[in-house]
Amino acid sequence: MKKLLLALATTTAVLGFAAAASAQEKAKICFVYVGSKTDGGWTQAHDIGRQQLEKELGDKIETQFLENVPEGPDAERAIERMARSGCGLIFTTSFGFMDATIKIAQKFPDVKFEHATGYKTLPNVATYNSRFYEGRYIQGQIAAKMSEKGVAGYIASFPIPEVVMGINSFVIGARSVNPDFKIKVIWANTWFDPGKEADAAKALIDQGVDILTQHTDTTAPMQVAAERGIKAFGQASDMIAAGPNTQLTAIVDTWGAYYVKRTKAFLDGKWESTSSWDGLKDGILTMAPYTNMPDDVKAMAEATEAKIKSGELKPFTGPLNKQDGSPWLKEGETADDATLLGMNFYVEGVDDKLPQ
Amino acid sequence: MGIIEAILLSVITAATPLVLAAAGELVAERSGVLNLGVEGMMIMGAVSAFAATQITGSPYVGILAGVAAGLLFALFFGFLTLTLVANQVATGLALTLLGLGVSGMLGESFLGMQGIKLQPIAIPLLSEVPFLGPLLFRQDAIFYLSIAIVAGIHWFLFRSRAGLKLRAVGDSHASAHALGVDVIRIRYLAVLFGGACAGLAGAQLSLVYTPQWVENMSAGRGWIALALVVFASWRPWRVVAGGYLFGAVSISQLHAQAFGIGIPSQFLSSLPYVATIVVLILISHNRRMTLINTPASLGKPFVPER
Repeated sequence: MKKLLLALATTTAVLGFAAAASAQEKAKICFVYVGSKTDGGWTQAHDIGRQQLEKELGDKIETQFLENVPEGPDAERAIERMARSGCGLIFTTSFGFMDATIKIAQKFPDVKFEHATGYKTLPNVATYNSRFYEGRYIQGQIAAKMSEKGVAGYIASFPIPEVVMGINSFVIGARSVNPDFKIKVIWANTWFDPGKEADAAKALIDQGVDILTQHTDTTAPMQVAAERGIKAFGQASDMIAAGPNTQLTAIVDTWGAYYVKRTKAFLDGKWESTSSWDGLKDGILTMAPYTNMPDDVKAMAEATEAKIKSGELKPFTGPLNKQDGSPWLKEGETADDATLLGMNFYVEGVDDKLPQ
Repeated sequence: MGIIEAILLSVITAATPLVLAAAGELVAERSGVLNLGVEGMMIMGAVSAFAATQITGSPYVGILAGVAAGLLFALFFGFLTLTLVANQVATGLALTLLGLGVSGMLGESFLGMQGIKLQPIAIPLLSEVPFLGPLLFRQDAIFYLSIAIVAGIHWFLFRSRAGLKLRAVGDSHASAHALGVDVIRIRYLAVLFGGACAGLAGAQLSLVYTPQWVENMSAGRGWIALALVVFASWRPWRVVAGGYLFGAVSISQLHAQAFGIGIPSQFLSSLPYVATIVVLILISHNRRMTLINTPASLGKPFVPER
């Protein structure tokens, strides 16, 4: 009996120790989200990445996240809270968290930060981004083939380089197929407001566009497009459920592999501040299945995708003019990454005044 | 369908939830209770309406569920502020935060589901009238209700004895109490009515405006409704005017952008708020009128002497 008790006590002690040890050893990887993790768009894509991270490295790490963190001063508080609570590596997943991330990173030099889609780095702040514009070029080509009126509607969020780049790439793609193609742009000045996004979609359709694309986060525009019987593109996540007969394709963000790679580097002590900007070929963005289109359009889209992956085609390749008609890129010249990341002008063919 | 008609249709959809929530809040405020929890009651209405519609397949059951959720939250607010005499401002804010959180939790299993849209009901004969017919008489039940509710509130407040009592409670609860009016009971009923309207407004969001459920889908509309009540200087029909003005400016600026008139979008986006401020300044110019309409006991707690 005594022996049994002793054995029990030892086992408990060992178990207890093991639990304590693993609690100590498990690194905390944290995420700050701008929207809800189930928004069906941008933030959901990040959360799927987080889940993949947990699945693959769950024995070594635990993850934490904060949702619906507004951009601006509130973000600082949220990020600081994460840094204080023992997070070793923090991913801040919205452009508007840039300055807040830098500020908190200076306060916590031992914590590593990764900021999505921004351009400011520190020894403990890396940036990561995805070449979404590659997908938008393909969408532009599809739009030009599919639109009968030759006008697409574009629901944009905020006039930041990321979004401007997307509009330009869409237009360049579309005009590579139909040189007269036009787009109408509405700036919703929000990432997330289903009502407003739906209103913008209705306004564009009422003004005669017959293809809709969006750079905001909810499926509301897709739903309006479905109701009005026009085609649309999904954003950030596959939105086919909101428009089974409507979605042509979607840019699907697949952050998981990047999160796993960077967390591994962090665990091995090999984490360094980098600026990663991968594209279709690296699988950080994928195209949702090409649906609701004729076979020849699908074949064209697939061919373009393959060319972008092989590096044969780069969307921002000359000859290209700026919106006012002044030359930008010469024949065969390709825009460098710095120009793209700071993009604050339209290319020729955009029928909108860029808010400055 | 002409472009003007298309714009007006969008305006009606955008304005209806604002009008409904503001009309309900107006009644509560007329009785002297400031409920800042409109956003919370609205989002609870949205999630409950969506969930009930998905489960039963009937958007009308959804409407009832939305109203019930608003009522429940309002009852909670009433218990805290009227029975326990908690601070109205703090309780209202807490109600909003609670609503946003609870709705997110309740709605988790309904995310990404295809919504069922509340279908319009064409009113015979009237719906055939050119222009106005399709606009006003081929709408959904919630729109008709919103107009009926405002008309009802106007009649109630200014033409009925019970409405007179309610306004008396809002202007001076001590005097009303001295005259034998049951202040707490009237305030409870007013707060509950406000909750029901906010819940109905939420149901409009998830059944008509954007038939889907996403967290935070009210996106601040409850706060706009609160501002509308002040904007309307506590007069029911002015709530309609204000709500539709706000909706009209919001939708027109989107059309202006799509049309490409070359005005910066940030400026256009701020227009609805600028318009609200301008009208507020014009209204408050006449101080006497403002004072007459403002419930004098607004936000003040009432503890009956024994």
